[in-house]
Order: sequence, then C-alpha cells, then structure tokens
Amino acid sequence: MRYRAIIGRDLRLAYRRRGELATPVIFFVIVTALFPLALNPDPALLRTLAPGVIWVAALLAVLIGQDRLFKTDYEDGSLELMLLSPISLEWIVLLRVFTHWLVTGLPLVILSLLLAMMLDYPMHAIGILVMSLLLGTPILSFLGAIGASLTVGLRRGFMLLPILVLPLTIPVLIFGAAAAGRAALGDHSAAPLYFLGAMLMLTVTLSPFAIAGGLRVSLES
Amino acid sequence: MKSWHEFITMGGYAAYVWPSYGIVLVVMLANAILPGRRQRRLLREIRRKQREEQTE
Amino acid sequence: MFVWFHKLASPPFFYRFAQKLAPWLGWLSLLVILAGLYGGLWLAPPDYQQGDGFRIIYVHVPSAMLSMFAYMVMATAAAIGLIWRMKLAHAVSAAVAPLGASFTFLALITGSLWGKPMWGTYWVWDARLTSELILLFLYLGYIALNHAFEDRRTGDRASAILALVGVVNIPIIHYSVQWWNTLHQGQTIFFGPKSEMPPSMYIPLFIMILGFMLFFAAFSLKRLQVEVLQRENKSAWVRELVETT
Repeated sequence: MRYRAIIGRDLRLAYRRRGELATPVIFFVIVTALFPLALNPDPALLRTLAPGVIWVAALLAVLIGQDRLFKTDYEDGSLELMLLSPISLEWIVLLRVFTHWLVTGLPLVILSLLLAMMLDYPMHAIGILVMSLLLGTPILSFLGAIGASLTVGLRRGFMLLPILVLPLTIPVLIFGAAAAGRAALGDHSAAPLYFLGAMLMLTVTLSPFAIAGGLRVSLES
Repeated sequence: MKSWHEFITMGGYAAYVWPSYGIVLVVMLANAILPGRRQRRLLREIRRKQREEQTE
Repeated sequence: MFVWFHKLASPPFFYRFAQKLAPWLGWLSLLVILAGLYGGLWLAPPDYQQGDGFRIIYVHVPSAMLSMFAYMVMATAAAIGLIWRMKLAHAVSAAVAPLGASFTFLALITGSLWGKPMWGTYWVWDARLTSELILLFLYLGYIALNHAFEDRRTGDRASAILALVGVVNIPIIHYSVQWWNTLHQGQTIFFGPKSEMPPSMYIPLFIMILGFMLFFAAFSLKRLQVEVLQRENKSAWVRELVETT
C-alpha cells in the first residue's frame, strides 16, 4: 500500500512537471534527426547506421533526463524525510527510478518506432529494436540515477554526471545496438538480448544500494 | 644489440620505440617530482598559517 | 603484527613511516628499472617477426598491468573506507587514482605507438586498447568527482561509491568489449608476451614489471603523505611536525 502511495506521488509530481519531462524526449528526436543531415540521406547508409544512431541518442536522452531526478527533493528537504521514513531508502529509490523510467524512458521506446521508420530501419526487425530498448533503457535509468545521487549536492552536477556515468553505460550500448543491428541483417539476436536481460537483473538488484548510498553521502554534507 | 648504431636506429623502428620510452620517462619523472614538491609547499603553507595565528 | 597494522592506520605514525620508506623504494625502483632497460633494450635479441619494434613491450605491459592493479587498489581502499569509515583508506584511493590514470595513459600511448608499425595505423579499435581507454574514462570520472566537493570527506565518500560501482562494472565492460570486437573485426593481430618467448626476452619484462611496481609503491606513499597532510592540516600532530622540521 505504502509503495503504491510512493509511485502515485511521483506520478502526480511528474504530471505537474510534464514540460520538464518532455525535454529528453524532444532531445531524442532532434539528435536522431541530426544524423541524416550531417551524413547523407541515402537510405542504404541510414539503414546500416540506424541501430547505432537510435541507441546513442536514447542513451544520451536518458542521461539528460536523470540529472534532475533528486534535485527538487534535495532542495525542498523531502529527501531528508525519506531517510527517516519506515520504508528503507533503497526501496524508495527503486520505485522512484522505475516511475521516472515510466514517464521518460517508455516514451522514448515508443518514439523509437517513428524514428526507425524515418531512418529506413527494416520493419521486420522492429520488434527486436523495441525489445532491446525496453530491456536497455531501464538499465540506463538506474546507472544515471547513481550519477544523479552522487552529484545532487553540487551546483554544476549536470556537467559532471555524464562523465561519471557514460563509461558505465558502454556494455548496454554494445549489446543494445548489436541486438538491433543483427536483427536488421536477419541474424539471430537472442544472445545480446539475454545479456541485456541479465544486466537489467543485476542493475535492478544492486544499483539501489549505490543510489541510496550516494544520497546519504550527499545529505550528510 | 651488436652495435651502438643498431641501438640508436632500433633496426628501423626508432621512430616508434624511442618516443614510447621518452613519453614514459616524462610521465614517470613528473609523477616522481610533483608529489614531493607539493608536500614541501603544503608544509610551508601550514607553517605560515601557524605563525600568523601565533602573532595574532 | 596486528597491533603494528593498527598503528600504521594512524595518520601520524603512517606519515613518519612513509617518510622513511618512500625514498628507499624510489631509489630501488630506479635501480631495478635501469637493470630491466639494459636487459630489454640491449641484451634481448630482436623478435623474429617484429624486429626491434617489439621492445616497446618493456614499457607497455608494465604500464597496462599497473593501470589495472591501481584500480583494484583504489576500489579495495574505497570499500574499506566506506565500511570501516577509515580516513586513511579514503586517502589511499585519492592518492592512487592519479598514478593509475597516468599509467593508463602510458599504456594507451605506447600501445598506439606499437600499433603503427604492426597494424599500419596508430589506433585500431582492438579489444584491449578500447578497454584501456574506458578505464582511463573511469579514472577521470573518479578524480573529477573526488575534487568536486568543497568538503574533502564528502568527496572521498561519494567517489568511493563511484569506484565500487566501477569495479563491479569492469568485468562486464571488459567482456562486452571483447564480444563486440570479435563480432566486428574477427581476429586481431595478437601482440604481447608470447609463450614461446626465450628467457632473454621475458626475464627483462619481469624485471621491468617489478621496477614499475616498486615505483608505484614509492610514489603512492609520497602522494598519500600529501593527501594525509591536506586532510589533517589542523590536527595537533601536523602542528608539531611543522615546528620540529
């Protein structure tokens, strides 16, 4: 019951800040649109680049969205109340990141359908692309949340966050883009999807401890 | 190595071998010198602050 | 023995201990490295395939080993610092990180200088070079976070968490990069210590690795002294130290 209350509160707050939450989604679309302009609108070229382009854009968009994840709660003091609450901070953080993914990550996954079409990504493989993003973007959300928890007390944290988190996201990028790329060529893409699934399990179980730890450190100062 | 000439030219690979060793030397020297200098500067700074406190 | 370890963890005792030990280690590492250089650059025969170009191995492999070893030291110290709230352990992480980063940089530079005659280009997206590059990014992130806070203790603990997240990730990164590499490039030219290397080639390599390790030990101690001084600059023993010297 309490857990549902936490998710409900976060969703209501998200609805109130919907303009801010739309930023990563818009960013995702614009960045993807830059590639044909910078390279060459040749459909054959775009088709080979599409998995990589969509994945890099999604990765950057998710990280941009994570920067303000704990900022308002840190500034108005509700984060300190969360520390005192009977529910452990790890659980609160897990739910918080998950709801944040629902309102920012999920729209990205849905929009990727449109972008895939614009980049001439083959339709028969689109299920695998969506699957890879569904498994991969939550991992990115959790990794971004680790960075957000460590930099929440810093004024220029938004500049530091990508430096901290981007190296950690490389395996997700490799397996995600590989799954989508192999599917486009008609190859088997089960192996990278399994890796993504395993990594998702690992991040969901371990990263809440790192995020909660980061928040505790940030609050003590 | 059979001769000094062979050593200097590194059998034609001098353009790759010597720069490698050169940059290793530079970075290691920097790592060897800088901490000691910082330590001395820090000690001097602490001493100066202490004197200032005592004279006040 | 245990009492001695306990004493070593106290900053004033450690500081004096390091002051005595570091110069010895430093000079010893110089001797060992000079011996290794003599063996590697003069005594060792040229490689039957790579000629004298292979001699870069004597700086490349020790740098690459230290780059990984230093990260392990940094992460272990970070864990100790977080679990037992030991101040000296956090100072160890902060002291080791710049050294680790500089050896990662050296491994990359020497690797690419070696790659030019062997591959024809300075940079190939080879699995090991790519992993080393990501390791450099991890070090830079750690150092940036460690210095981002006004309060040293917050910076120490925040970056310790990052170091632990990094150490969990390193095997995954390493494995994924290898997987990616075999997918896109097939076989890369293998370079590095071969099993059929004659003793006159691999003994200098071991000597160089030992020399680099000693260098690392000596100058981590020196850096650690600086970190301890910065953290304890208001304490009584530092005042005493400053007055007596």
